[in-house]
Amino acid sequence: MNSPVPEKFAGTSASRSTQVLGAVAIVGLALVTFLGLAATGEDQDQKNYYRIMYVHVPSAWLAYTCFGICALASAMYLYKKTQWWDLVAGASAEIGVLFTGLALATGMLWGKVTWGAYWRWDARLTFTALMFVMFLGYVTMRRMPAPFEVRAKRAAITGLIGVVNVPIVHFSVNWWRTLHQQATVLRPDTDVKIDGLMLFTLLLSFAVFHVLYVWLMIHRFRLGYLEDQVESHGLERAIAERQAEARGPVPVGAGQGSGQ
Amino acid sequence: MWGDAALVAAKDLRLELRSRVVTNQIAPVAVVVLMLFGFGLDADVGVLQKVTPGLYWVTVLLMALLAIGRSVDAEATAGARDMLRLSGLDPAAIFLGKAAALVAQLLVLEAMLLMGVSLFFHATIKGYVLVFVAGLLGTVGLASIGTLYGALTGGTDSKQTLLPLLFLPAVAPVLLGAVRAFEGAFGTNPHPDDGWPWVRLLGVVAIVYTAVGTLAYGPLLEGSDPA
Repeated sequence: MNSPVPEKFAGTSASRSTQVLGAVAIVGLALVTFLGLAATGEDQDQKNYYRIMYVHVPSAWLAYTCFGICALASAMYLYKKTQWWDLVAGASAEIGVLFTGLALATGMLWGKVTWGAYWRWDARLTFTALMFVMFLGYVTMRRMPAPFEVRAKRAAITGLIGVVNVPIVHFSVNWWRTLHQQATVLRPDTDVKIDGLMLFTLLLSFAVFHVLYVWLMIHRFRLGYLEDQVESHGLERAIAERQAEARGPVPVGAGQGSGQ
Repeated sequence: MWGDAALVAAKDLRLELRSRVVTNQIAPVAVVVLMLFGFGLDADVGVLQKVTPGLYWVTVLLMALLAIGRSVDAEATAGARDMLRLSGLDPAAIFLGKAAALVAQLLVLEAMLLMGVSLFFHATIKGYVLVFVAGLLGTVGLASIGTLYGALTGGTDSKQTLLPLLFLPAVAPVLLGAVRAFEGAFGTNPHPDDGWPWVRLLGVVAIVYTAVGTLAYGPLLEGSDPA
Protein backbone atom coordinates (compact mmCIF):
# COMPACT_ATOMS: atom_id res chain seq x y z
CA MET A 1 0.00 0.00 0.00
CA ASN A 2 1.50 3.30 -1.04
CA SER A 3 0.84 5.73 1.81
CA PRO A 4 1.84 9.40 1.69
CA VAL A 5 0.04 10.07 5.03
CA PRO A 6 2.44 11.73 7.50
CA GLU A 7 3.47 9.69 10.53
CA LYS A 8 2.20 12.39 12.92
CA PHE A 9 -1.40 11.44 12.04
CA ALA A 10 -0.93 7.97 13.53
CA GLY A 11 -2.38 7.45 17.00
CA THR A 12 -4.86 10.33 17.10
CA SER A 13 -7.38 12.05 14.87
CA ALA A 14 -7.09 15.46 16.58
CA SER A 15 -4.55 18.25 16.15
CA ARG A 16 -4.32 21.95 17.01
CA SER A 17 -5.69 22.97 13.59
CA THR A 18 -8.71 20.62 13.82
CA GLN A 19 -9.46 21.93 17.31
CA VAL A 20 -9.48 25.50 15.97
CA LEU A 21 -11.60 24.39 12.99
CA GLY A 22 -14.05 22.62 15.32
CA ALA A 23 -14.35 25.74 17.49
CA VAL A 24 -15.03 27.88 14.39
CA ALA A 25 -17.74 25.41 13.30
CA ILE A 26 -19.42 25.48 16.74
CA VAL A 27 -19.39 29.30 16.91
CA GLY A 28 -20.67 29.46 13.31
CA LEU A 29 -23.50 27.04 14.02
CA ALA A 30 -24.46 29.05 17.13
CA LEU A 31 -24.52 32.24 15.03
CA VAL A 32 -26.62 30.60 12.30
CA THR A 33 -29.01 29.30 14.96
CA PHE A 34 -29.39 32.80 16.43
CA LEU A 35 -29.85 34.47 13.04
CA GLY A 36 -32.13 31.72 11.71
CA LEU A 37 -34.40 31.48 14.74
CA ALA A 38 -34.35 34.99 16.23
CA ALA A 39 -32.87 37.72 14.03
CA THR A 40 -34.60 36.99 10.72
CA GLY A 41 -38.31 37.72 10.36
CA GLU A 42 -41.22 35.53 9.28
CA ASP A 43 -41.76 34.63 5.64
CA GLN A 44 -44.80 36.21 4.02
CA ASP A 45 -46.28 32.88 2.87
CA GLN A 46 -44.63 30.14 4.91
CA LYS A 47 -44.46 32.03 8.24
CA ASN A 48 -41.91 30.30 10.52
CA TYR A 49 -41.87 27.00 8.60
CA TYR A 50 -39.35 28.38 6.11
CA ARG A 51 -36.64 28.53 8.83
CA ILE A 52 -35.83 24.87 8.23
CA MET A 53 -34.33 26.15 4.96
CA TYR A 54 -31.22 27.27 6.90
CA VAL A 55 -30.44 23.59 7.55
CA HIS A 56 -32.12 21.95 4.55
CA VAL A 57 -30.60 23.98 1.71
CA PRO A 58 -26.95 23.96 2.97
CA SER A 59 -27.28 20.22 3.69
CA ALA A 60 -28.43 19.55 0.12
CA TRP A 61 -25.69 21.76 -1.35
CA LEU A 62 -23.08 20.17 0.88
CA ALA A 63 -24.23 16.70 -0.20
CA TYR A 64 -23.57 17.69 -3.83
CA THR A 65 -20.13 19.01 -2.81
CA CYS A 66 -19.36 15.76 -0.97
CA PHE A 67 -20.29 13.57 -3.93
CA GLY A 68 -18.43 15.88 -6.32
CA ILE A 69 -15.27 15.58 -4.21
CA CYS A 70 -15.84 11.82 -3.95
CA ALA A 71 -15.94 11.62 -7.77
CA LEU A 72 -12.85 13.81 -8.11
CA ALA A 73 -10.94 11.76 -5.53
CA SER A 74 -12.11 8.55 -7.21
CA ALA A 75 -10.77 9.77 -10.55
CA MET A 76 -7.51 10.77 -8.84
CA TYR A 77 -7.28 7.33 -7.21
CA LEU A 78 -7.58 5.66 -10.63
CA TYR A 79 -4.80 7.99 -11.86
CA LYS A 80 -2.44 7.95 -8.84
CA LYS A 81 -3.38 4.66 -7.16
CA THR A 82 -2.60 6.01 -3.67
CA GLN A 83 -4.34 5.28 -0.38
CA TRP A 84 -4.64 9.04 0.22
CA TRP A 85 -7.14 9.57 -2.61
CA ASP A 86 -9.05 6.41 -1.71
CA LEU A 87 -9.47 7.66 1.87
CA VAL A 88 -10.56 11.13 0.67
CA ALA A 89 -13.22 9.57 -1.61
CA GLY A 90 -14.52 7.28 1.13
CA ALA A 91 -14.59 9.99 3.81
CA SER A 92 -16.36 12.46 1.51
CA ALA A 93 -18.99 9.91 0.46
CA GLU A 94 -19.76 8.95 4.06
CA ILE A 95 -20.24 12.60 5.03
CA GLY A 96 -22.30 13.07 1.85
CA VAL A 97 -24.62 10.24 2.89
CA LEU A 98 -25.00 11.88 6.31
CA PHE A 99 -25.93 15.27 4.86
CA THR A 100 -28.18 13.76 2.15
CA GLY A 101 -30.04 12.02 4.98
CA LEU A 102 -30.28 15.36 6.81
CA ALA A 103 -31.55 17.10 3.64
CA LEU A 104 -34.13 14.34 3.13
CA ALA A 105 -35.32 14.43 6.74
CA THR A 106 -35.62 18.23 6.85
CA GLY A 107 -37.22 18.25 3.38
CA MET A 108 -39.84 15.75 4.54
CA LEU A 109 -40.56 17.80 7.68
CA TRP A 110 -41.00 20.89 5.49
CA GLY A 111 -43.18 18.86 3.12
CA LYS A 112 -45.47 17.80 5.97
CA VAL A 113 -46.40 21.38 6.82
CA THR A 114 -46.34 22.68 3.24
CA TRP A 115 -47.72 19.81 1.15
CA GLY A 116 -49.62 18.06 3.98
CA ALA A 117 -47.60 14.84 3.79
CA TYR A 118 -44.08 13.74 4.65
CA TRP A 119 -43.68 12.17 1.24
CA ARG A 120 -44.90 13.36 -2.14
CA TRP A 121 -43.65 12.08 -5.47
CA ASP A 122 -41.78 15.24 -6.15
CA ALA A 123 -38.94 14.65 -8.63
CA ARG A 124 -36.17 16.24 -6.54
CA LEU A 125 -37.22 14.51 -3.32
CA THR A 126 -37.45 11.15 -5.11
CA PHE A 127 -34.09 11.44 -6.82
CA THR A 128 -32.46 12.69 -3.61
CA ALA A 129 -33.69 9.50 -1.96
CA LEU A 130 -32.29 7.48 -4.86
CA MET A 131 -28.97 9.31 -4.59
CA PHE A 132 -28.95 8.52 -0.86
CA VAL A 133 -29.40 4.80 -1.62
CA MET A 134 -26.81 4.83 -4.41
CA PHE A 135 -24.12 6.29 -2.18
CA LEU A 136 -25.19 4.05 0.66
CA GLY A 137 -24.37 1.25 -1.82
CA TYR A 138 -21.01 2.91 -2.48
CA VAL A 139 -20.22 3.06 1.25
CA THR A 140 -21.33 -0.58 1.61
CA MET A 141 -19.08 -1.57 -1.28
CA ARG A 142 -16.11 0.05 0.43
CA ARG A 143 -16.57 -2.38 3.31
CA MET A 144 -16.47 -5.54 1.19
CA PRO A 145 -13.72 -7.94 2.22
CA ALA A 146 -11.11 -7.74 -0.54
CA PRO A 147 -7.48 -6.78 -1.10
CA PHE A 148 -6.99 -3.00 -0.91
CA GLU A 149 -6.26 -2.51 -4.62
CA VAL A 150 -9.34 -4.45 -5.80
CA ARG A 151 -11.71 -2.83 -3.32
CA ALA A 152 -10.36 0.67 -3.89
CA LYS A 153 -10.54 0.38 -7.68
CA ARG A 154 -14.10 -0.91 -7.66
CA ALA A 155 -15.12 1.75 -5.15
CA ALA A 156 -13.51 4.46 -7.31
CA ILE A 157 -15.42 3.34 -10.43
CA THR A 158 -18.66 3.06 -8.43
CA GLY A 159 -18.11 6.56 -7.07
CA LEU A 160 -17.56 7.98 -10.55
CA ILE A 161 -20.70 6.30 -11.92
CA GLY A 162 -22.82 7.28 -8.94
CA VAL A 163 -22.01 10.93 -9.26
CA VAL A 164 -23.63 11.03 -12.72
CA ASN A 165 -26.87 11.16 -10.73
CA VAL A 166 -25.98 14.43 -8.95
CA PRO A 167 -26.68 16.89 -11.82
CA ILE A 168 -29.92 15.01 -12.56
CA VAL A 169 -31.02 15.60 -8.97
CA HIS A 170 -30.10 19.28 -8.94
CA PHE A 171 -31.70 20.23 -12.22
CA SER A 172 -34.64 17.81 -12.11
CA VAL A 173 -36.81 20.49 -10.52
CA ASN A 174 -36.50 22.47 -13.76
CA TRP A 175 -36.82 19.42 -16.05
CA TRP A 176 -39.89 17.84 -14.55
CA ARG A 177 -41.50 20.92 -12.91
CA THR A 178 -43.31 19.20 -10.12
CA LEU A 179 -44.31 20.11 -6.58
CA HIS A 180 -40.91 21.23 -5.33
CA GLN A 181 -40.37 24.92 -4.76
CA GLN A 182 -38.41 26.44 -7.64
CA ALA A 183 -34.82 27.45 -6.93
CA THR A 184 -34.65 30.64 -4.85
CA VAL A 185 -30.98 31.55 -5.01
CA LEU A 186 -29.52 29.74 -8.05
CA ARG A 187 -32.16 30.93 -10.54
CA PRO A 188 -31.52 30.79 -14.27
CA ASP A 189 -32.64 34.44 -14.59
CA THR A 190 -30.21 35.44 -11.70
CA ASP A 191 -33.13 37.32 -10.01
CA VAL A 192 -32.60 36.36 -6.34
CA LYS A 193 -35.98 36.52 -4.57
CA ILE A 194 -35.02 36.54 -0.89
CA ASP A 195 -34.69 39.14 1.88
CA GLY A 196 -31.18 40.51 2.53
CA LEU A 197 -30.75 39.14 6.09
CA MET A 198 -32.32 35.82 5.10
CA LEU A 199 -29.87 35.54 2.20
CA PHE A 200 -26.95 36.44 4.48
CA THR A 201 -28.03 33.81 7.05
CA LEU A 202 -28.42 31.22 4.31
CA LEU A 203 -24.99 31.97 2.84
CA LEU A 204 -23.43 32.00 6.33
CA SER A 205 -25.06 28.64 7.03
CA PHE A 206 -23.68 27.38 3.71
CA ALA A 207 -20.15 28.51 4.72
CA VAL A 208 -20.43 27.09 8.26
CA PHE A 209 -21.65 23.73 6.93
CA HIS A 210 -18.61 23.62 4.67
CA VAL A 211 -16.27 24.39 7.62
CA LEU A 212 -18.00 21.54 9.45
CA TYR A 213 -17.43 19.37 6.36
CA VAL A 214 -13.70 20.12 6.35
CA TRP A 215 -13.51 19.31 10.08
CA LEU A 216 -15.41 16.03 9.60
CA MET A 217 -13.32 15.18 6.53
CA ILE A 218 -10.02 15.56 8.39
CA HIS A 219 -11.21 13.39 11.27
CA ARG A 220 -12.82 10.74 9.04
CA PHE A 221 -9.72 10.66 6.84
CA ARG A 222 -7.43 10.14 9.82
CA LEU A 223 -9.78 7.57 11.31
CA GLY A 224 -9.84 5.71 7.98
CA TYR A 225 -6.04 5.76 7.90
CA LEU A 226 -5.87 4.39 11.45
CA GLU A 227 -8.43 1.69 10.57
CA ASP A 228 -6.26 0.60 7.65
CA GLN A 229 -3.19 0.61 9.91
CA VAL A 230 -4.96 -1.55 12.49
CA GLU A 231 -6.15 -3.89 9.73
CA SER A 232 -2.70 -4.40 8.23
CA HIS A 233 -0.79 -4.45 11.55
CA GLY A 234 -3.47 -6.65 13.11
CA LEU A 235 -2.91 -9.21 10.36
CA GLU A 236 0.87 -9.06 10.80
CA ARG A 237 0.46 -9.56 14.56
CA ALA A 238 -1.93 -12.49 14.03
CA ILE A 239 0.54 -14.14 11.63
CA ALA A 240 3.41 -13.63 14.12
CA GLU A 241 1.31 -15.14 16.94
CA ARG A 242 0.31 -18.10 14.73
CA GLN A 243 3.95 -18.71 13.77
CA ALA A 244 5.00 -18.55 17.44
CA GLU A 245 2.21 -21.01 18.27
CA ALA A 246 3.39 -23.37 15.50
CA ARG A 247 6.90 -23.31 16.91
CA GLY A 248 5.48 -24.67 20.16
CA PRO A 249 5.52 -23.41 23.75
CA VAL A 250 8.67 -21.78 24.95
CA PRO A 251 10.34 -24.08 27.58
CA VAL A 252 10.32 -22.71 31.11
CA GLY A 253 13.67 -21.21 31.84
CA ALA A 254 14.63 -20.98 28.16
CA GLY A 255 16.93 -18.07 27.58
CA GLN A 256 17.87 -17.94 31.27
CA GLY A 257 21.45 -18.32 32.08
CA SER A 258 22.67 -16.94 28.82
CA GLY A 259 25.80 -15.10 29.31
CA GLN A 260 26.79 -17.24 32.23
CA MET B 1 -13.32 -4.82 -31.46
CA TRP B 2 -16.73 -5.72 -32.92
CA GLY B 3 -15.46 -9.19 -33.83
CA ASP B 4 -14.29 -9.74 -30.25
CA ALA B 5 -17.63 -8.49 -28.94
CA ALA B 6 -19.47 -10.93 -31.22
CA LEU B 7 -17.28 -13.77 -29.92
CA VAL B 8 -18.07 -12.97 -26.28
CA ALA B 9 -21.78 -12.50 -27.02
CA ALA B 10 -21.86 -15.82 -28.89
CA LYS B 11 -20.10 -17.51 -25.96
CA ASP B 12 -22.66 -16.20 -23.43
CA LEU B 13 -25.60 -17.05 -25.71
CA ARG B 14 -24.18 -20.54 -26.29
CA LEU B 15 -24.01 -21.01 -22.51
CA GLU B 16 -27.64 -19.91 -22.29
CA LEU B 17 -28.77 -22.17 -25.16
CA ARG B 18 -27.16 -25.15 -23.43
CA SER B 19 -28.47 -24.37 -19.94
CA ARG B 20 -31.78 -22.69 -20.96
CA VAL B 21 -31.92 -20.85 -17.64
CA VAL B 22 -33.69 -17.78 -19.08
CA THR B 23 -36.39 -19.72 -20.90
CA ASN B 24 -36.85 -22.61 -18.45
CA GLN B 25 -36.34 -20.84 -15.11
CA ILE B 26 -36.44 -17.04 -15.31
CA ALA B 27 -39.39 -16.81 -17.74
CA PRO B 28 -41.66 -19.05 -15.59
CA VAL B 29 -40.73 -16.94 -12.54
CA ALA B 30 -41.75 -13.83 -14.52
CA VAL B 31 -45.13 -15.41 -15.34
CA VAL B 32 -45.65 -16.22 -11.65
CA VAL B 33 -44.80 -12.61 -10.74
CA LEU B 34 -47.45 -11.39 -13.21
CA MET B 35 -49.98 -13.74 -11.62
CA LEU B 36 -49.00 -12.51 -8.15
CA PHE B 37 -49.71 -8.95 -9.31
CA GLY B 38 -53.16 -10.23 -10.29
CA PHE B 39 -53.68 -11.68 -6.80
CA GLY B 40 -52.35 -8.52 -5.16
CA LEU B 41 -54.67 -6.25 -7.15
CA ASP B 42 -57.69 -8.50 -6.66
CA ALA B 43 -57.76 -9.54 -10.34
CA ASP B 44 -59.42 -6.24 -11.21
CA VAL B 45 -58.85 -6.16 -14.98
CA GLY B 46 -59.58 -2.44 -15.17
CA VAL B 47 -56.87 -1.64 -12.61
CA LEU B 48 -54.46 -4.18 -14.11
CA GLN B 49 -54.90 -2.72 -17.60
CA LYS B 50 -54.29 0.78 -16.31
CA VAL B 51 -51.06 -0.12 -14.51
CA THR B 52 -49.83 -2.71 -17.05
CA PRO B 53 -46.78 -0.64 -18.20
CA GLY B 54 -45.57 -0.22 -14.61
CA LEU B 55 -46.12 -3.86 -13.64
CA TYR B 56 -44.49 -4.99 -16.89
CA TRP B 57 -41.30 -2.99 -16.37
CA VAL B 58 -41.01 -3.75 -12.66
CA THR B 59 -41.17 -7.44 -13.63
CA VAL B 60 -38.53 -6.87 -16.32
CA LEU B 61 -36.25 -5.17 -13.75
CA LEU B 62 -36.59 -8.04 -11.28
CA MET B 63 -35.95 -10.63 -13.97
CA ALA B 64 -33.03 -8.59 -15.30
CA LEU B 65 -31.43 -8.86 -11.84
CA LEU B 66 -31.60 -12.66 -12.14
CA ALA B 67 -30.20 -12.61 -15.68
CA ILE B 68 -27.35 -10.26 -14.67
CA GLY B 69 -26.45 -12.52 -11.74
CA ARG B 70 -26.32 -15.41 -14.20
CA SER B 71 -24.12 -13.43 -16.61
CA VAL B 72 -21.71 -12.54 -13.77
CA ASP B 73 -21.60 -16.13 -12.51
CA ALA B 74 -20.47 -17.28 -15.96
CA GLU B 75 -17.15 -15.49 -15.34
CA ALA B 76 -16.93 -16.19 -11.61
CA THR B 77 -16.28 -19.93 -11.66
CA ALA B 78 -12.98 -21.79 -12.13
CA GLY B 79 -10.95 -18.67 -12.90
CA ALA B 80 -13.00 -17.88 -16.04
CA ARG B 81 -12.40 -14.18 -15.49
CA ASP B 82 -8.64 -14.68 -15.56
CA MET B 83 -8.97 -16.84 -18.69
CA LEU B 84 -10.96 -14.04 -20.31
CA ARG B 85 -8.12 -11.61 -19.52
CA LEU B 86 -5.52 -14.06 -20.81
CA SER B 87 -7.45 -14.44 -24.09
CA GLY B 88 -6.18 -11.01 -25.14
CA LEU B 89 -9.64 -9.74 -26.02
CA ASP B 90 -10.25 -6.00 -25.82
CA PRO B 91 -11.96 -5.30 -22.44
CA ALA B 92 -14.35 -2.86 -24.16
CA ALA B 93 -15.32 -5.68 -26.55
CA ILE B 94 -15.87 -8.03 -23.60
CA PHE B 95 -18.22 -5.46 -22.06
CA LEU B 96 -20.09 -4.91 -25.33
CA GLY B 97 -20.33 -8.66 -25.95
CA LYS B 98 -21.66 -9.44 -22.50
CA ALA B 99 -24.12 -6.53 -22.67
CA ALA B 100 -25.28 -7.61 -26.14
CA ALA B 101 -25.90 -11.18 -24.95
CA LEU B 102 -27.88 -9.79 -22.02
CA VAL B 103 -29.91 -7.60 -24.41
CA ALA B 104 -30.77 -10.65 -26.53
CA GLN B 105 -31.85 -12.68 -23.48
CA LEU B 106 -33.89 -9.83 -22.02
CA LEU B 107 -35.61 -9.16 -25.36
CA VAL B 108 -36.76 -12.81 -25.48
CA LEU B 109 -37.99 -12.47 -21.91
CA GLU B 110 -39.77 -9.19 -22.68
CA ALA B 111 -41.51 -10.71 -25.71
CA MET B 112 -42.79 -13.52 -23.47
CA LEU B 113 -43.90 -10.98 -20.88
CA LEU B 114 -45.79 -8.99 -23.52
CA MET B 115 -47.77 -12.14 -24.27
CA GLY B 116 -48.24 -12.60 -20.52
CA VAL B 117 -49.70 -9.13 -19.91
CA SER B 118 -51.89 -9.55 -22.99
CA LEU B 119 -53.22 -12.83 -21.60
CA PHE B 120 -53.54 -12.02 -17.89
CA PHE B 121 -54.20 -8.25 -17.90
CA HIS B 122 -56.08 -8.06 -21.27
CA ALA B 123 -53.65 -5.33 -22.33
CA THR B 124 -53.58 -4.41 -26.03
CA ILE B 125 -50.71 -2.72 -27.81
CA LYS B 126 -51.74 0.27 -29.90
CA GLY B 127 -48.30 1.57 -30.84
CA TYR B 128 -46.07 -1.30 -31.97
CA VAL B 129 -43.26 0.96 -33.18
CA LEU B 130 -43.16 2.79 -29.85
CA VAL B 131 -43.11 -0.52 -27.93
CA PHE B 132 -40.25 -1.79 -30.10
CA VAL B 133 -38.10 1.35 -29.93
CA ALA B 134 -38.70 2.04 -26.21
CA GLY B 135 -38.28 -1.64 -25.36
CA LEU B 136 -35.01 -1.89 -27.29
CA LEU B 137 -33.47 1.30 -25.88
CA GLY B 138 -34.67 0.52 -22.36
CA THR B 139 -33.20 -2.96 -22.61
CA VAL B 140 -29.85 -1.62 -23.86
CA GLY B 141 -29.80 0.74 -20.87
CA LEU B 142 -30.66 -2.06 -18.44
CA ALA B 143 -28.07 -4.41 -19.94
CA SER B 144 -25.30 -1.78 -19.92
CA ILE B 145 -25.95 -0.73 -16.32
CA GLY B 146 -26.38 -4.37 -15.27
CA THR B 147 -23.18 -5.57 -16.94
CA LEU B 148 -21.23 -2.73 -15.37
CA TYR B 149 -22.57 -3.18 -11.84
CA GLY B 150 -22.39 -6.95 -12.26
CA ALA B 151 -18.65 -6.67 -12.89
CA LEU B 152 -18.26 -4.26 -9.97
CA THR B 153 -19.94 -6.61 -7.50
CA GLY B 154 -18.80 -9.89 -9.08
CA GLY B 155 -16.80 -12.29 -6.95
CA THR B 156 -17.87 -10.69 -3.67
CA ASP B 157 -19.68 -12.51 -0.87
CA SER B 158 -22.30 -9.76 -0.73
CA LYS B 159 -23.05 -9.82 -4.48
CA GLN B 160 -26.70 -10.88 -4.01
CA THR B 161 -27.47 -7.82 -1.89
CA LEU B 162 -24.94 -5.32 -3.23
CA LEU B 163 -25.98 -5.70 -6.88
CA PRO B 164 -29.65 -4.72 -6.31
CA LEU B 165 -28.56 -1.91 -3.96
CA LEU B 166 -26.41 -0.35 -6.72
CA PHE B 167 -28.39 -1.44 -9.79
CA LEU B 168 -32.00 -0.58 -8.90
CA PRO B 169 -31.49 3.12 -8.06
CA ALA B 170 -29.33 3.54 -11.18
CA VAL B 171 -32.03 2.12 -13.48
CA ALA B 172 -34.75 4.42 -12.10
CA PRO B 173 -34.52 6.71 -15.19
CA VAL B 174 -34.97 3.62 -17.42
CA LEU B 175 -38.07 2.56 -15.48
CA LEU B 176 -39.46 6.11 -15.60
CA GLY B 177 -38.88 6.51 -19.33
CA ALA B 178 -39.95 3.02 -20.35
CA VAL B 179 -43.17 3.09 -18.33
CA ARG B 180 -44.18 6.50 -19.71
CA ALA B 181 -43.39 5.37 -23.26
CA PHE B 182 -45.36 2.14 -22.82
CA GLU B 183 -48.30 4.09 -21.39
CA GLY B 184 -48.43 5.84 -24.74
CA ALA B 185 -48.08 2.56 -26.64
CA PHE B 186 -50.71 0.71 -24.57
CA GLY B 187 -53.15 3.61 -24.76
CA THR B 188 -53.32 4.02 -20.96
CA ASN B 189 -52.10 7.58 -21.46
CA PRO B 190 -54.84 9.74 -23.07
CA HIS B 191 -52.16 11.40 -25.20
CA PRO B 192 -50.31 8.60 -27.07
CA ASP B 193 -47.74 11.01 -28.52
CA ASP B 194 -46.54 11.74 -24.97
CA GLY B 195 -44.65 8.45 -25.08
CA TRP B 196 -42.11 9.51 -27.69
CA PRO B 197 -40.28 12.26 -25.71
CA TRP B 198 -39.46 9.62 -23.05
CA VAL B 199 -37.72 7.55 -25.73
CA ARG B 200 -35.09 10.30 -25.82
CA LEU B 201 -34.39 9.79 -22.11
CA LEU B 202 -34.03 6.05 -22.72
CA GLY B 203 -31.65 6.77 -25.61
CA VAL B 204 -29.50 9.09 -23.48
CA VAL B 205 -29.28 6.54 -20.63
CA ALA B 206 -28.39 3.76 -23.10
CA ILE B 207 -25.65 5.81 -24.75
CA VAL B 208 -24.18 7.19 -21.50
CA TYR B 209 -23.97 3.84 -19.71
CA THR B 210 -22.72 1.97 -22.78
CA ALA B 211 -19.94 4.56 -23.09
CA VAL B 212 -19.14 4.46 -19.36
CA GLY B 213 -19.11 0.66 -19.36
CA THR B 214 -16.84 0.52 -22.41
CA LEU B 215 -14.35 2.84 -20.69
CA ALA B 216 -14.56 1.32 -17.19
CA TYR B 217 -14.47 -2.38 -18.04
CA GLY B 218 -10.72 -2.46 -18.72
CA PRO B 219 -9.68 -1.20 -15.25
CA LEU B 220 -12.33 -3.49 -13.71
CA LEU B 221 -10.90 -6.59 -15.32
CA GLU B 222 -7.38 -5.77 -14.09
CA GLY B 223 -6.44 -7.42 -10.82
CA SER B 224 -7.82 -10.53 -9.23
CA ASP B 225 -11.29 -11.19 -7.84
CA PRO B 226 -11.84 -10.33 -4.18
CA ALA B 227 -12.79 -13.90 -3.37
